[in-house]
Amino acid sequence: MDGFPVAPSGPVGLYHPSTEHDACGLGLVANINGSKSHEIIKKGLEILVNLAHRGACGCDPETGDGAGILIQIPHKFFAKQCALPGAGGMGSGRPGEASSGFTLPEPGQYGVGMVFLPVEMQQRLLVEGILERITREEGLTVLGWRDTPINSDAIGRQARASQPYIEQIFIRGASGMTQDALERKLFVVRKRAENEMAASNIRDKSFFYIPSLSTRTIIYKGLLLAPQIPEFYGELKDPDTESALCLVHQRFSTNTFPTWQLAHPYRNICHNGEINTVRGNAAWMHARQSVLESDLFGADLKKLYPVISPGNSDTASLDNAVELLTLAGRELPHVMAMLIPEAWDADDAMPKDKKAFYEYHASLMEPWDGPAAVAFTDGRLIGATLDRNGLRPARYVITTGGQLILASETGVLPIKPEEITFKGRLQPGRMLLCDTEAGRIIPDEELKSKLAARQPYAEWLAEQQIHLDALPDPPRVYASDQSTITMRQRAFGYTEEDLKMILGPMAAAGEEPIGSMGTDTPLACLSDKPQPLFHYFKQLFAQVTNPAIDPIREELVMSLTSYIGTERNILAETAQHCHTLKLTHPILTNLDLEKLRRVSWGDFLATTLPMLFPVAGGAQGLEFALDNLCRQASLAIQSGYRLLILSDRGVDKNYAPIPSLLALAAVHNHLVREETRTQVALIIESGEPREVMHYALLIGYGASAINPYLAIETLEQFEQRGLLPPGATFETALKNYKKAVNKGLLKVFSKMGISTLQSYRGAQIFEAIGLNKGIVEKYFTGTPSRIEGVGLDVLAREAAMKHAFAFEPENGYSTELDTGGNYHFRANGELHLFNPTTVSKLQHAVRAEDGFATFQEYTKAIDEQNQQFSTLRGLMEFRMNAQPIPLSDVEPATEIVKRFATGAMSFGSISKEAHETLAIAMNRIGGRSNTGEGGEDEARYPREANGDWKRSAIKQVASGRFGVTAHYLVNAEELQIKVAQGAKPGEGGQLPGHKVDDVIARVRHSTPGVPLISPPPHHDIYSIEDLAQLIYDLKNVNPSARISVKLVAEVGVGTVAAGVAKAHADVVLISGHDGGTGASPLTSIKHAGIPWELGLAETQQVLVMNDLRSRIRVQTDGKLQTGRDVAIAALLGAEEFGFSTAPLVALGCIMMRKCHLNTCPVGIATQDPELRKKFTGQPEHVIQFFFFIAEEVRMLMAQLGFRRMEDMVGRVDRLMMRKAVEHWKARGLDFSAILFDPPVPGRVSRRCTIPQDHGLSEALDYKLISHAKGAIERGENIDIRLPIRNVHRTVGAMLSGEIARKHGSEGLAPDTIRFHFTGSAGQSFGAFLARGVTLTLDGDANDYVGKGLSGGRLIVYPPRVSTFAPEENILIGNVALYGATSGDAYFNGVAGERFAVRNSGATTVVEGVGDHGCEYMTKGLVVVLGRTGRNFAAGMTGGLAFVLDETGEFAKTTCNRQSVDLTPMSDATDEAAVRALIERHVELTQSPRGSWILENWGTMREKFLKVFPHELQRVMGIKKPAAVPIPAVTTRGREEVVRG
Amino acid sequence: MGKPTGFLDYARELPARRPVTERINDWFEIYQDFPAEKVRTQGARCMDCGVPFCNTGCPLNNAIPDWNDLVYRDRWREAIRALHATNNFPEFTGRLCPAPCETSCVLGINEPAVAIKAIERSIIDHAWDEGWIQPEPPRSRSSKRVAVIGSGPAGLAAAQQLNRAGHWVTVFEKADRLGGLLRYGIPDFKMEKRHIDRRVEQMRAEGVEFRTRVHVGQQVPLSALRGEFQAILLTGGAEQPRDLAVPGRERKGIHFAMEFLPQQNRRVAGEVIENQILATGKRVVIIGGGDTGADCLGTSHRQKAASVSQFEILEKPPETRAGHTPWPLWPVMLREESSHEEGGARDWAVQTTHFSGDADGRVTQLHGVRVDQKFNMLAGTEFTMDVDLVLLAMGFTGPAKSGLLESAGVELGARGNVATDESYMTSVPGVFAAGDIRRGQSLIVWAIAEGRKAAASIDEWLRKG
Repeated sequence: MDGFPVAPSGPVGLYHPSTEHDACGLGLVANINGSKSHEIIKKGLEILVNLAHRGACGCDPETGDGAGILIQIPHKFFAKQCALPGAGGMGSGRPGEASSGFTLPEPGQYGVGMVFLPVEMQQRLLVEGILERITREEGLTVLGWRDTPINSDAIGRQARASQPYIEQIFIRGASGMTQDALERKLFVVRKRAENEMAASNIRDKSFFYIPSLSTRTIIYKGLLLAPQIPEFYGELKDPDTESALCLVHQRFSTNTFPTWQLAHPYRNICHNGEINTVRGNAAWMHARQSVLESDLFGADLKKLYPVISPGNSDTASLDNAVELLTLAGRELPHVMAMLIPEAWDADDAMPKDKKAFYEYHASLMEPWDGPAAVAFTDGRLIGATLDRNGLRPARYVITTGGQLILASETGVLPIKPEEITFKGRLQPGRMLLCDTEAGRIIPDEELKSKLAARQPYAEWLAEQQIHLDALPDPPRVYASDQSTITMRQRAFGYTEEDLKMILGPMAAAGEEPIGSMGTDTPLACLSDKPQPLFHYFKQLFAQVTNPAIDPIREELVMSLTSYIGTERNILAETAQHCHTLKLTHPILTNLDLEKLRRVSWGDFLATTLPMLFPVAGGAQGLEFALDNLCRQASLAIQSGYRLLILSDRGVDKNYAPIPSLLALAAVHNHLVREETRTQVALIIESGEPREVMHYALLIGYGASAINPYLAIETLEQFEQRGLLPPGATFETALKNYKKAVNKGLLKVFSKMGISTLQSYRGAQIFEAIGLNKGIVEKYFTGTPSRIEGVGLDVLAREAAMKHAFAFEPENGYSTELDTGGNYHFRANGELHLFNPTTVSKLQHAVRAEDGFATFQEYTKAIDEQNQQFSTLRGLMEFRMNAQPIPLSDVEPATEIVKRFATGAMSFGSISKEAHETLAIAMNRIGGRSNTGEGGEDEARYPREANGDWKRSAIKQVASGRFGVTAHYLVNAEELQIKVAQGAKPGEGGQLPGHKVDDVIARVRHSTPGVPLISPPPHHDIYSIEDLAQLIYDLKNVNPSARISVKLVAEVGVGTVAAGVAKAHADVVLISGHDGGTGASPLTSIKHAGIPWELGLAETQQVLVMNDLRSRIRVQTDGKLQTGRDVAIAALLGAEEFGFSTAPLVALGCIMMRKCHLNTCPVGIATQDPELRKKFTGQPEHVIQFFFFIAEEVRMLMAQLGFRRMEDMVGRVDRLMMRKAVEHWKARGLDFSAILFDPPVPGRVSRRCTIPQDHGLSEALDYKLISHAKGAIERGENIDIRLPIRNVHRTVGAMLSGEIARKHGSEGLAPDTIRFHFTGSAGQSFGAFLARGVTLTLDGDANDYVGKGLSGGRLIVYPPRVSTFAPEENILIGNVALYGATSGDAYFNGVAGERFAVRNSGATTVVEGVGDHGCEYMTKGLVVVLGRTGRNFAAGMTGGLAFVLDETGEFAKTTCNRQSVDLTPMSDATDEAAVRALIERHVELTQSPRGSWILENWGTMREKFLKVFPHELQRVMGIKKPAAVPIPAVTTRGREEVVRG
Repeated sequence: MGKPTGFLDYARELPARRPVTERINDWFEIYQDFPAEKVRTQGARCMDCGVPFCNTGCPLNNAIPDWNDLVYRDRWREAIRALHATNNFPEFTGRLCPAPCETSCVLGINEPAVAIKAIERSIIDHAWDEGWIQPEPPRSRSSKRVAVIGSGPAGLAAAQQLNRAGHWVTVFEKADRLGGLLRYGIPDFKMEKRHIDRRVEQMRAEGVEFRTRVHVGQQVPLSALRGEFQAILLTGGAEQPRDLAVPGRERKGIHFAMEFLPQQNRRVAGEVIENQILATGKRVVIIGGGDTGADCLGTSHRQKAASVSQFEILEKPPETRAGHTPWPLWPVMLREESSHEEGGARDWAVQTTHFSGDADGRVTQLHGVRVDQKFNMLAGTEFTMDVDLVLLAMGFTGPAKSGLLESAGVELGARGNVATDESYMTSVPGVFAAGDIRRGQSLIVWAIAEGRKAAASIDEWLRKG
């Protein structure tokens, strides 16, 4: 066996099982009328096989990540099988004893359990015995066991190695028991068995698992690939095995250690996506257990605890919750609507009672938030629901034969077009339900209105809910005290910078302050300055496995509203349940807080507990105060208080504030342990919180609301000191400040893909860096903290330092507050790696004739600073060879520099001069420069006459897709998918209009002067299988380029990297948190992501442990500055190294940190022509820098005894932590997890040795290219017909790559190459299609149609034999025409969500679109002939759209008018263009709708609305845009028809 | 931050100096007012750098970007608060500092640097004018007493800091007036002495005690102070001038600059001077091309010398930053002081070989020769010139060894300055040293910086004790 065959049960090195993610393909099939048939199962399995490309394989290609099928219990089959001799009736089954079989009672009177057991017989018998005993104890009868016939030869090597023994147990209920009662009892049996096994000391208990135990359904699953399921579980092929419904699932885990148990489906659900808030959801469920009661379960309820089994995946946890809530009496759809509600908060169009239903349930519990397509069933009802943002695809059809088929893709089953009565897709937040007993499909609206009518929810809310406004004014409110403010600011660690750079801008502009060039200050656990406890934490963020959300453009799904108060028994439903206080945001003014302090309404009563400790008492005093606080909290709860206000007012000479986060977390976790947490809300009254990160942490650790009284007083101080902008007052400052905090919070949530404050609260989505186990276990239970660090003693000391400063007599030899120096260098402030000394020495070195000596002074200064506790690597030391090898034996610097790359800096963020200088330098030395996300001028593609080359070897593909055309992609050695960037992981960006000059606009395919938005997520990567798809797309366009994926270090990045490896990336780049940027909120620069040392080490460990390292190269970057840095990175596992800040400094950057202002005074980060003239950098400076670095690396290699760099990759054994670290903070650190060397056999490679298999050979394009040979070479026309299936992905891309290579961006004459397909096209149909190619599709298509369209033409219409109306049916999937730059497309049907997102030049007609249509569009023309979903045109800054708004709904609700105006189509030019385009549409697709509109043009033309972006209007004021171009269509006779 | 594009929109501008023809006839400061609007414009040129090199270019680590911004935003009161946070006496540095901040200003890479010094002076002058500078006595007093010996900028800065920290401070000065070199070495046309008086008044009001005409080490042994004071800070300066050991040096009419300049300051202050050294009507040669030499030059002009020449042994520096001192290093380059505008001949690479004179022992001729970079005399370049007055402005070699230092018994370093540890404590426990006495002749800004740092150390030491 290679690597670890079985998932490690606990953390190993930096790997932790809780970081596993999965995503996948799912499907369901049902006979709507409930009739059982074997055909349903066959179809389910066929769906799975056709979704296989959505799954993944590990290092063993025969072992999948898991697949499974859920069906109704096949009674007919079991009745026959169990009666056979050999089936193990009770009292038989012993070795050697033949069994006589047993008889099954009627369906519904017995349950079947699918049971995974230990392989070794003795162990297995023990487990079986326990299960039987528990069954008996619960009053049930074991009818018998049946060995599930399996064929182990059908599965992979790794799967076999961990395969359990699989049996079925048959259990009968007590007489007279209803089926529901038996179902509940079986649940009790299973839970008890799980708990007992977990607690037992049976050696092989890890095998034990019960996939299903039910009277209705049974699950066959395992570590299988889809086609293996029926081979492995042969009985699925038996014609007697019948079901009316089935759920199927194919798993793709980024997850590196897939197991049998983690395969889907679970008992009620299978899931494609990710629950981002699972940690909080699980914790809250746990906390609620104490108040749960159920008539149905009675005393059995306690046996079901813990409700959420620990250590489970997100889906398993969600399934646990679903199972309890349904068995306790709620209908399955009700449960799903409660757990995964729609985005109701901001939906003004939603019916009142439906909204009340959601609001009521929001008071009960927080949503399980994250991208999710969940298919569910209880054996009678079957259906699926989608998350509020519609981030996963789900397509369905209803057939004339009465079948419902739903899957992640369309075309997974071959169904004759004429047999389809409806084609649809799941829409965001909507549910599709089939009731097989009632025999019909219940539409979402009917279902939801039925749910809404269950109870008088609206009345209950009106009666019970409390609003702050309605509370009486308190007699007294705290006033500010300006006489002691400085003292208190000192005590809470305020710095001058906090005032000037954080609070000031927030108060002035209502925005989070922006900065640039990353961070180069020490981690909190290394800083010599006392730090806020907040700064020991880093935000986690979404990458790959789930998308970040755009909280600005997709505001409708976001919510800061929360409901606070006592949590009640969620198994019941009463008016009392919504007796909560509704807060629309979490920041309380002093008045708000005072109202709450005095509240007396129902059982709302508040009390205040002090968060202070005697400063003289040190760590003991602090611990005692914390314990005391916890005790007081418990007492307060006993006394009936329901709001606990933790307050640090009253700091004085003797008492210092307890860090508010510590106090909160201590109480929170204490109450969770005590199981009283849900009875109270915790409110923080503190002088400490001031910036967004602080609030995010307090909420993330359970605070319901925060009163930042000192921050508020500081705003008043601003007013008094005249520091507010002219005209501003304290009131406006406060309003702005709250706005900035709230916006910032939404951004922090959205980074993690979380939409609501309620889900974020208590979700603990942070990693601690440098807190020791003692603190984390006691106060921050469950938070990852992997390198140990400081304890209470240091926290007490930090508090004491601040306190001493506050109460020292005024000594006048310092500023009133500490200077800070965290953001900008200050002489007496925080350390910065780039400071006046190092910047100038580096510049002097690369400019001098013989600068190596100066360079070494520079590196010495940096390395020493590192070692003075600036970075983690600073605390590492090499294990040198006793006998160094001669320097001359070490490979030359010319070889080493080939491993160097410069970072992704876009042309747009930096100047043309700087960008091209870097490219020339890197091309000269054989390294790689990076385009960044701004495209690249085609003029740079050919070499210069002097041999220099200005094209960047690495072409980046980022979320904005600016200038990403087929031509761009083929001019690359490497295509880099930027999933995240170190300075602002999980966030998008914006290039302000004033930076978009003519050249940049041309390169980015946009309009000069119009701002360009990069969305936070790639809209074609919402999950790992999507990433695999994008990799496949890019590889198709340019098969010779390697594909890299850029990630940012955070806990769990190793598992993500493993997923990336399995998605067939050639390179994974692990960026540190400190990387530079053109512009990013300071909160993100400082508080998101972790150092590359941790991320790189985790990546290396996880890849090696899974034997995936051999097929992927690893690169790292993040403030690499010296040869020592590079050597350490290599030893930790990197093969390649990225540099950005240092080469810029070599070119003259002096760390102005003003990139976002376009005022770079040295001409680097600016587009201002005057400033660009000041650029003095030369390629030689960069080359000198890299050679100096290489030379230093060589010197270290000689000392370490490595001749070649590849020999040192991953040799973590040659590193150690520096001995005798005496620093008061750093001495607590422990690097053993970073320096962990996975114990794998020697044949497991620690570096990349074999190329990835991209599976390109299956591409249909090889066929297309061979057909098109004459066309590409000689411009001959061709016209060919071919069938197509959903497994044919990315059709047309490779062909387009070929054309771009030959003919550049010009491509061929329109319609030179025509392919006409019939069938269901796979994902990315027509991606990057080049000019001259026309693809016609007679059928339908999946997601990403026309992604990156580069001049080609797409025509899609439903089969002519279809009976449904095309304009009412879904034709193409989500995210069509994403980032299209030119070309045209005609869709005779409805498109999914995010149609034409980031369109920057394509012209298209479509007959209806889902949510978020034309989002971020910057150019092009979109005509919609039907309804649109919500949020149309969000963030649209350019281009035009015309929407036929027949009902007025578009103008009223679905169009997001924040950045666009809606005007009638009054202009004659517009009208002519639109009409011509519709005519073209009808001509090409024969659209009935189009014809009808043209026939009724007189009335229809008035119903068209022109969607006109404000930014475009602004620019047009200056420049008249060109008339809307209508693409020409060549009409010609078929010259050649080939049936392929 | 100031105006993001200020550096693009505005040019560097400095306050004009009074016309030469006018100022050469009086002893008043040469500066003219700088209107507030202009100061704001200059403040707007600051780029609020992420790495403000000025901040470390300045020995006081003045938070220059912060107050530039405040001035730009018309928040003068906040600006003086920020300026005073690192600098006790901006009115001194704003007039006298050679402004290493400006030579390290980032804007200076490719544009004229921000007019930091002029802004600094404007802020403090404005603050005095507005009456914002008030005594800031400590809120509470410790029981500790500190003696500061020497009332130059280092001593005054230390005294103010220690007093504000709550200790009882007594400043001892051997001269009859306070200020040390500031009072006696700096000509009034560069800084009028009322600035010192005003500060001393503030300090008195804050509770600092001043005892003048007490030469510790000569009149009073240091040991006598040890009973009364828990800590003693030596800030006696580097008063030992570098001499020119050539034949004829003993002739009359050859004086150290520090014999010449103080006389004039006393004269301006209305004192009666004995043994007057006057340039009036004389042919004056100043040996030494530095600031003190320039001060002699300006003083000689005002005394109506017949002619003035200034010799420097080093070769003439380039007009702009020398290539071997790239930004942000302190540039080797030709510096034009205000006195140079007023006339006189400057010559470089000149070494004086001897003096000759008349029978009365007066100097009448200077004999010199030109030298190369390594100070080798170049044969055939010998020259002789007639002189009446020779002023030696060749710097200082360190503190005077007799008197205070002998009395204190502190160890000296290799260069003859007082040796201290990192906390500014000398080899004698409880005795500290700061300023030129410790680091050798240096800038006033360094003196203030040392005084502040020593004060912080003393404060910490006293608290511990």
